[in-house]
Amino acid sequence: MSISIENLNKRFGDHVALNDINLEVKSGELLALLGPSGCGKTTLLRIIGGLDVADSGKLLVNGLDIAQRDARERNVGFVFQHYALFRHMTVFENVAFGLRVKPRKERPSDAEIKRRVTHLLQLVQLDWVADRFPSQLSGGQRQRIALARALAVEPKILLLDEPFGALDAKVRKELRRWLRQLHDELHITSVFVTHDQEEALEVADRVVVMNHGKVEQIGSPDEVYATPASPFVYQFIGNVNLFHSRIHSAWTEQHGDAVAYVRPHDIDISHTQQDNEALAGEIKLIRAVGAIVRAEVAVAGSDELVEIELSRERFDAEPMVNGDRVFIRPRQVRVFE
Amino acid sequence: MAQFRAHSVLPGFNLALGFTLLYFSLIVLIPLSALFFKTATLGWDGFVDVASSERVLASLRVTFFTSFAAAVINAFFGLIVAWVLVRYSFPGKKLVDALVDLPFALPTAVAGIVLATLYAPNGWLGQYFAAYDIKVAYTPLGIVVALTFIGLPFVVRTVQPVLADVEAEVEEAAASLGAGRLDVFRRVIFPAIYPALLTGFALAFARAIGEYGSVIFIAGNMPYISEITPLLIVAKLEQYDYAGATAIAVLMLLISFALLLSINALQWWSSRRGAR
Repeated sequence: MSISIENLNKRFGDHVALNDINLEVKSGELLALLGPSGCGKTTLLRIIGGLDVADSGKLLVNGLDIAQRDARERNVGFVFQHYALFRHMTVFENVAFGLRVKPRKERPSDAEIKRRVTHLLQLVQLDWVADRFPSQLSGGQRQRIALARALAVEPKILLLDEPFGALDAKVRKELRRWLRQLHDELHITSVFVTHDQEEALEVADRVVVMNHGKVEQIGSPDEVYATPASPFVYQFIGNVNLFHSRIHSAWTEQHGDAVAYVRPHDIDISHTQQDNEALAGEIKLIRAVGAIVRAEVAVAGSDELVEIELSRERFDAEPMVNGDRVFIRPRQVRVFE
Repeated sequence: MAQFRAHSVLPGFNLALGFTLLYFSLIVLIPLSALFFKTATLGWDGFVDVASSERVLASLRVTFFTSFAAAVINAFFGLIVAWVLVRYSFPGKKLVDALVDLPFALPTAVAGIVLATLYAPNGWLGQYFAAYDIKVAYTPLGIVVALTFIGLPFVVRTVQPVLADVEAEVEEAAASLGAGRLDVFRRVIFPAIYPALLTGFALAFARAIGEYGSVIFIAGNMPYISEITPLLIVAKLEQYDYAGATAIAVLMLLISFALLLSINALQWWSSRRGAR
């Protein structure tokens, strides 16, 4: 099922939540909506799911306009950040809910419901908790049950609102991988919302970066990281150093008010001056963090600190200590006016 | 005692339990047992005599039946009021919210007089009922009206916070799974608020059983028809028949206690089913 969104707008009072959104979700892909909190990503997801209504614009699923349809007629699976499980029902009844509320004619028999629910619980590897209540499960388990519940009605589209946001770091990582595997098995068109760039880059086929109710960039995880379309994307995804043209005109290669964006790992650092583009500075702090070495360099003539990341090999070849006089030189620069 | 203490990390168990027992004795147990001692002076035969008199039994029927009816009405409409106050916002909502508690604050006699005046056959509201030959004031129906009035806050105030606690997300989840409004209420919301609703019902019921002030003005107090048990107790007291009065009180107390206990059991059983 492909989703296409055309000129979508939504306001809450004076606050513009979504400003002229155009977006295409391809059939069977896993798309991430990435952005800081308040950027409108959850609102967009809720509008696709029919839990909110857009002020204007089109929402087409397989070419059919569904903007006027109620949430319950959309056949969309929705997974919430805080699980939203029915706490007075067992895990089994939670998953069976979508089947039990079907109109009598479409409702499967009890035996069929049991078969399908058991199958789904096996799919999320939790068939052994069928008789427990949600409060007896861990956060990660609850979220997997919520996913099984959403899948029970065989949705055409799966929407996930910060699905791992309430979980601790380790569980989040596991579930991320697991979600990716599950998607590769089922191929349901899925959209998930996150503010965690690492999560988006690791899980999604394509990433939509949003800010202030607008789409900043759409692209593969590699594209949005390597070639950010705007200063915002540069700063939001990964770390970046800023160099103003007033101070470092050699790097921005132009006059006027421009800013050069350089990733920490795109800067060479050396005790010798390679060419006249290099800036002189002093190492304020250098520290090995696992496989990489992080350094903060104070550039001579300004009080800015430049963050630099270099590999262990590079560091071992030319060891440095705090207070060393060094020269830094960018390998890749992106200039925005 | 030692084995209770061994499992608890909270300090002050002895002190807290001791205080609780003392307080409970002073406030509840001693007055109630005094009631039983006074009744005992009648002897078993005397008690059975009072308890089985036709007039007492009729008054008990009236009291418990009207109280039950009022509690049921309150459970139903109180739920709607709580629902509206939690789910919607409208101008004057805070005012309505404050009005709910008024029946607590108003002297019950005032409520009784006002209701009797309104619902009398020539009153503002009573005249419309009179047109259909329905008498409200000075009948058991009038008692139900008065008891509904004084019991309203109980259901609203017990259900309101629980209803507010049911996350909107849970309802949205149900809707996205294809559940209609009725299914969402029946399968998701009602099971969540059911224990609170039952508590509110029990409180309104208990309050109505003991109500005196508002009822005597609107009931008409006709023996065998609209005479409530508390009035009968007061009547006995006025005749200096203290033992007879306490005998009726003890009877009432036992019935009330049995009813509240079974409501509690129902609640315990239902919350066990939905272990949280």
